[in-house]
Amino acid sequence: MAKSDIKKTTASKRPEDPGRRDFIVIATNAMAGLGAAAVAWPLIDQMNPAADTLALANIEVDVSKIAEGQSITVKWRGKPVFIRHRTEDEIARASATDMSDLRDPESDQARAEKADYLVLVGVCTHLGCVPLGQKTGEVRGEYDGWFCPCHGSHYDTSGRIRKGPAPTNLEVPPYTFLSDSVIRIG
Amino acid sequence: MSAEKFQNPVVRWIDHRLPIFSMLDHEKYDYPVPKNLNYMWNFGVLAGLSLAIMIITGIVLAMSYTAHVDYAFEAVERIMRDVNHGWMIRYIHMNAASFFFIVVYIHIFRGLYYGSYKAPRELLWILGVVIFLLMMATAFMGYVLPWGQMSFWGATVITNLFSAIPVVGDSIVTLLWGGFSVDNPTLNRFFSLHYLMPFVIAGVVVLHIIALHRFGSNNPIGIDASGPQDTISFHPYYTMKDMVGIAVFLLLLAIAVFFFPNAMGHPDNYIPANPLQTPAHIVPEWYFLPFYAILRAVPDKLGGVLLMFGAIAVLFVLPWLDRSPVRSARFRPLFRIFFWLLLIDAVALGYLGGKPAEGIYVVLSRIATAWYFLHFLVILPLLSVFETTKPLPKSISEPVLSRSKSANAPLGAGLEPAE
Ligand code: HEM
Ligand code: FES
Repeated sequence: MAKSDIKKTTASKRPEDPGRRDFIVIATNAMAGLGAAAVAWPLIDQMNPAADTLALANIEVDVSKIAEGQSITVKWRGKPVFIRHRTEDEIARASATDMSDLRDPESDQARAEKADYLVLVGVCTHLGCVPLGQKTGEVRGEYDGWFCPCHGSHYDTSGRIRKGPAPTNLEVPPYTFLSDSVIRIG
Repeated sequence: MSAEKFQNPVVRWIDHRLPIFSMLDHEKYDYPVPKNLNYMWNFGVLAGLSLAIMIITGIVLAMSYTAHVDYAFEAVERIMRDVNHGWMIRYIHMNAASFFFIVVYIHIFRGLYYGSYKAPRELLWILGVVIFLLMMATAFMGYVLPWGQMSFWGATVITNLFSAIPVVGDSIVTLLWGGFSVDNPTLNRFFSLHYLMPFVIAGVVVLHIIALHRFGSNNPIGIDASGPQDTISFHPYYTMKDMVGIAVFLLLLAIAVFFFPNAMGHPDNYIPANPLQTPAHIVPEWYFLPFYAILRAVPDKLGGVLLMFGAIAVLFVLPWLDRSPVRSARFRPLFRIFFWLLLIDAVALGYLGGKPAEGIYVVLSRIATAWYFLHFLVILPLLSVFETTKPLPKSISEPVLSRSKSANAPLGAGLEPAE
């Protein structure tokens, strides 16, 4: 028997309110959809960072060994963290910058707890390359901070974006000074 | 289709219960193919062959590969030095990936030139673009597996593309990474997906072929076959013609594998991944360069990402952008000029994508990007309205027959239809 015939016979025997029939069908489908989504969620969420990845320890760094004008790179959560012992001149230029010149306006004071030491996540906010400028002799870009060679982003001496495709300043990781010379990152 | 046509009793027994021999037979003999296909029609079969080569060599590589950040690079080096024939198998996998893209790019431009995306083949075309996208994802994840410098930084830059999405971007990137940077969880899932996706591609290829066989192949003059006098059977005519292409393809692949195995790769990928140092000049694999050039042409992060994906999105809607009823560029004098300009533009984008993003290269990338979108979004719709096309032949046989009659050319005489 063809499908349409079945419909006809049932309809003739038990005349039903089509609204009610539709409601049952829609409700059943909606329940099935919810069930499928509930099953799919753990399968997707397992891709998010696992407990041990989240529990990655903080790191402590002794910054007293960094000479003025020098930088070091340490690894935190798999990423490079830049710590630069800035010169007077670098600090002066960073704090003298006019906010209206900045794409992502932030004052230098807000970015460095102690002006001498600038702590940054060394990951370009464009597409994640590590900018140059840590080692002596590396290009530091037009604003004398860091330069990302991947697509040409220039950061200033406060790690703020000044030119190129990156949308925001280099991120400042959470850190605290445990003493005058030791900081804890994370 | 009756089972009696098979001599072998085993074949007959099976075919009666599971008609796969009938189906193969049907494809080989009963499927009518226009008799005027040129060598551009080899590239579909070559793409299928490439996929088969990738799957076979890939499964073999996976037997000696270890998806762990501490062992992956070493595992690939061990394949190269110690595993029996490992160097050859890996070089085939590496180079066949490049050849796969060359073949598919030619296949796509063939479709663009002869208007193969037009009604009634829109879905066939769209399935092709889906395959192209899946291939790009597969190749991208495969390139991460050897865990060299380019693997790592390629993975970093490409996954970061998603961070351009407003609001949810960063959560998506964390989800892709399974951590706070490209790391061991990333490598693991990329291996899992790199293994899976070629089989998904194979599935979409089946759909592609089902859609193809609905209306059959397009052909160089782009008009429908008017009857049996315009077609020949696939076997032996096109199986033989495909063999010629396959022989040339395998010869070129062998030359690449045995004499220039690293010519299409990047030397930095033989340096183990270092998350603290980006190579001075990172470039993706050559087959991504046109899209990479578009990404970098835009000085805005989200804008660049959108345009890059947009470059593929226009291919999906192409059948509705080009409304001209004439398929083949042979009868569209203006379209033909713009086709070649587009090809030059695409090659130029590929060249620019490999250059540093500074100075004149940025300017040229912007012009080439603008032209790419202009072609699809403005020129094609306008041409569909304003172009005067040349008169179409009445049938596929007509141009050949009239030529052989008038010039009495010995070549044409051989092409008389066997009616
Ligand atoms: C669409 C088909 C495929 C494409 C386009 C593709 C592409 C690639 C590419 C570009 C690489 C990097 C080669 C290098 O530079 O070292 C690679 C590596 C690899 N692929 Fe595939 N692949 C495909 C299918 C497969 C399949 C089916 C497997 C099966 C598991 C596989 C397993 C591997 C393995 C283990 C590696 C790492 C070893 C190496 O780097 O040579 N691939 N693939
Ligand atoms: S990743 Fe730094 S400019 Fe693109």
